[in-house]
Amino acid sequence: MGFTLSNQQQLLSKIATGNGHGENSPYFDGWKAYDSDPFHPTKNPNGVIQMGLAENEMCFDLIQEWVLTNPEASICTAAGVNEFKDIAIFQDYHGLPEFRNAVANFMGKVRGNRVTFDADRIVMSGGATGAHETIAFCLADPGDAFLVPVPYYPGFDRDLGWRTGVQLIPVACDSSNNFKVTRAALEAAYEKAQKANIRVKGLLITNPSNPLGTVIDRDTLRSLVTFINEKKIHLVCDEIYAATVFSQPSFTSIAEIIEENIECNRNLIHIVYSLSKDMGFPGFRVGIVYSYNDDVVNCARKMSSFGLVSTQTQHLIASMLSDNEFVERFIAQSAERLKARHMRFTMELAQVRTSCLNGNGGLFVWMDLRRLLKEQTFEAEMVLWQTIIHEVKLNVSPGSSFHCPEPGWFRVCFANMDDKTMEIALTRIRNFMAQYKEPIAPRKNNRYWQSNLRLSFQSRRMDDVMMPPCMMSPHSPIPQSPLVRAT
Amino acid sequence: MGFTLSNQQQLLSKIATGNGHGENSPYFDGWKAYDSDPFHPTKNPNGVIQMGLAENQMCFDLIQEWILNNPEASICTAAGVNEFKDIAIFQDYHGLPEFRNAVANFMGKVRGNRVTFDADRIVMSGGATGAHEMIAFCLADPGDAFLVPVPYYPGFDRDLGWRTGVQLIPVACDSSNNFKFTRAALEAAYEKAQKANIRVKGLLITNPSNPLGTVLDRDTLRSLVTFINEKKIHLVCDEIYAATVFNQSSFISIAEIIEENIGCNRNLIHIVYSLSKDMGFPGFRVGIIYSYNDAVVNCARKMSSFGLVSTQTQHLIASMLSDNEFVKRFIAQSAKRLKTRHMRFTMGLAQVGTSCLKSNGGLFVWMDLRRLLKDQTFEAEMVLWRTIIHEVKLNVSPGSSFHCPEPGWFRVCFANMDDKTMEVALTRIRTFVLQDKEAIVPRKSNRLWQSNLRLSFQSRRMDDNMMSPCMMSPHTPIPQSPLVRAT
Repeated sequence: MGFTLSNQQQLLSKIATGNGHGENSPYFDGWKAYDSDPFHPTKNPNGVIQMGLAENEMCFDLIQEWVLTNPEASICTAAGVNEFKDIAIFQDYHGLPEFRNAVANFMGKVRGNRVTFDADRIVMSGGATGAHETIAFCLADPGDAFLVPVPYYPGFDRDLGWRTGVQLIPVACDSSNNFKVTRAALEAAYEKAQKANIRVKGLLITNPSNPLGTVIDRDTLRSLVTFINEKKIHLVCDEIYAATVFSQPSFTSIAEIIEENIECNRNLIHIVYSLSKDMGFPGFRVGIVYSYNDDVVNCARKMSSFGLVSTQTQHLIASMLSDNEFVERFIAQSAERLKARHMRFTMELAQVRTSCLNGNGGLFVWMDLRRLLKEQTFEAEMVLWQTIIHEVKLNVSPGSSFHCPEPGWFRVCFANMDDKTMEIALTRIRNFMAQYKEPIAPRKNNRYWQSNLRLSFQSRRMDDVMMPPCMMSPHSPIPQSPLVRAT
Repeated sequence: MGFTLSNQQQLLSKIATGNGHGENSPYFDGWKAYDSDPFHPTKNPNGVIQMGLAENQMCFDLIQEWILNNPEASICTAAGVNEFKDIAIFQDYHGLPEFRNAVANFMGKVRGNRVTFDADRIVMSGGATGAHEMIAFCLADPGDAFLVPVPYYPGFDRDLGWRTGVQLIPVACDSSNNFKFTRAALEAAYEKAQKANIRVKGLLITNPSNPLGTVLDRDTLRSLVTFINEKKIHLVCDEIYAATVFNQSSFISIAEIIEENIGCNRNLIHIVYSLSKDMGFPGFRVGIIYSYNDAVVNCARKMSSFGLVSTQTQHLIASMLSDNEFVKRFIAQSAKRLKTRHMRFTMGLAQVGTSCLKSNGGLFVWMDLRRLLKDQTFEAEMVLWRTIIHEVKLNVSPGSSFHCPEPGWFRVCFANMDDKTMEVALTRIRTFVLQDKEAIVPRKSNRLWQSNLRLSFQSRRMDDNMMSPCMMSPHTPIPQSPLVRAT
């Protein structure tokens, strides 16, 4: 009983047959190249190095050591197994009290104890992915919009908009002022929405920024708070990279701003958090919604039923993050190692006249390759990108996938590899830069020059490979699993 | 800056300010009574016994033993910690291949190896709660409907309808034929929808049934398949209680039906599964969508980003459920212990003239207390229910919370307690039934009698207490966490 495509479309929902999942985009080349030829120091030393994944692999030695010395944190060890049943049957959507306390404690420590967090406002979600969707469901109706400064994490389109019907309206930022958000740009975006009869429900910021790796200064944060209060719209602050800030200027959380003597309706302030970046635990799906609005806490908590954190993981995290000595040491070490890695990377790039936006956080640099573009267009950016993937053999993320308004910027992740691999990556970049003193021209005889190349695959599994890196899960260490989510 | 209620409503979405979460319902009394006076064998032997939770606590001894013998299943033991990093960073939404294989293997074994499941069709979700929502998002647009035979699990209204805008249309079933579906009832429900201009996208069945504890026979299953094929609508089969059938060979999965030579478009067939009931792991949030429709698998897999299973848990489950010897032993023992418990309970009830619907699965009985009603009304059912809670001191679930069309039925869970507690519960029921040979009259001087009693609380946390049991998470062992989800 074969069904035609239109039959299938009638069978499924509009959400299912539409493109809101964001994965039908031509950015699959980098991932396919990596998947078919992944770098390995000994088995495949000439393979593609994955630099499109914002993962934090810097401190697993510390974590492993802690895990071994704290067997009671697991419900599977002799020390912890007596709790197995109670943990396995616990499904209260408040979460284990010790889990909420530990997360609140950790969040405070990450912010240097400059603020404290109320454990009763900690709400679980299916990773930050689930947190963003939950927030959108709580704050906005279908057709409503959130303002989002560009460049921004490509997953936001799917997270806030796919199943919710909410739209994202970009707030223009550019390199003329290092991509800072200006009041004028906010007003312009807001008015554009008004004119189009689109109701703006909130402003979404990521601080520290992905992909920029910068933090928002105190004055700008205050002005954002003023703006959203005037417009009576929400402020959603994704602070997922909070602990990755490694040098001055230090990170200022929105939590600190609202503690100041500033006119702010707290009902408008919400924080999205996760342990995926700061701890390096994306697999554990520990997403957090922290809202100063009681109704949002209550609603989000009910919605958390759709994406609770496994109690096995809650139990582990509760134990780990309430160990203050470990937490303090981890935060300090993580920042130090990221700083060293960042410094090494940016200094080496500077040696070959390659600059990055001046950043002090995140797991990546925002690399400026505008001078290598044949012309300042996104087509030229794609050409350069494909060259980097196929010749330099690095999978980096082109700025256009982050809705960057200027071509030529690339996000390059450096925290998901060991020192040796990074040196190899640096060597390849150095060689490339030394070679290409001229801007990159399209390679006419090469099939991958076709910027809209879309390889067609018969099998369903290969179809999955066509996912764009910006929409995919970070690639697993197992090459057989091609679907990844770039973060 | 205080906000009025209407301001708050404008601040939040319609979804957030509406009642689709299903928790504003008068059924909070039972939970409140339990929370304020929970039974404990020594510390509070006269407390309320929780019989409103469909939890499976029968085999944790087997699980605990397995855990201790298989330290490599955990990433926190000395034997397993070397995998910690790879597991913690794995976030591919396909899930660990070994996890999918193990779940497919387990599902086949639960069905006596009469069918096999394709690991590539296993898609993760945030528990069965997340699975149902995801299926609705994949198959239906806002305003579309699913037919659901009554009585049904109250969580379905929230799971399939809250954030999706999908509605549930009941298919009438009653005790005259032991609540079996009839073709006539299906047709009637379908036509009623057509007349109201509601587009029916599918039929949702739970097999084995919650709350009935019965399984569907082969002919009924075949007729359902015929019906949905004729109407070209989907069939969603929640098989979450598959392994709770006492005599395993009597459970017929939809997977077996479609393997028969029956005219069936496989694109219409989907199974929802979870480890919450069969294994007793509701806290681990292991929800599964298994669809025979490739496009649904692909779409659901993308959506699973909002509710992936923690890789720490995937890893544990992969290990446990690929141990064939353990799996066989577990399935057999679990069925045996449930059968014994069920038999003891139903015989104990029969001795005092109290019958239950004849059932052979589930973690509960569907108790017939119609003869104790003052009159055959739902008001009388509520009066009887409050008496059972406050005098008999058992928290059971009234049939009306399951959309049962006939008053007087109660779901009574028996698998979430040890033998001694069950004996205490039985004694209380027997005493009560023998005492009240007359139908229960409302107690006029008692404030309990006020059937629309809604206690008002000032603090937000106490407001949470007003949640209806049918929408709450199973109560934690910790009395301070009042929110529970009845399942």
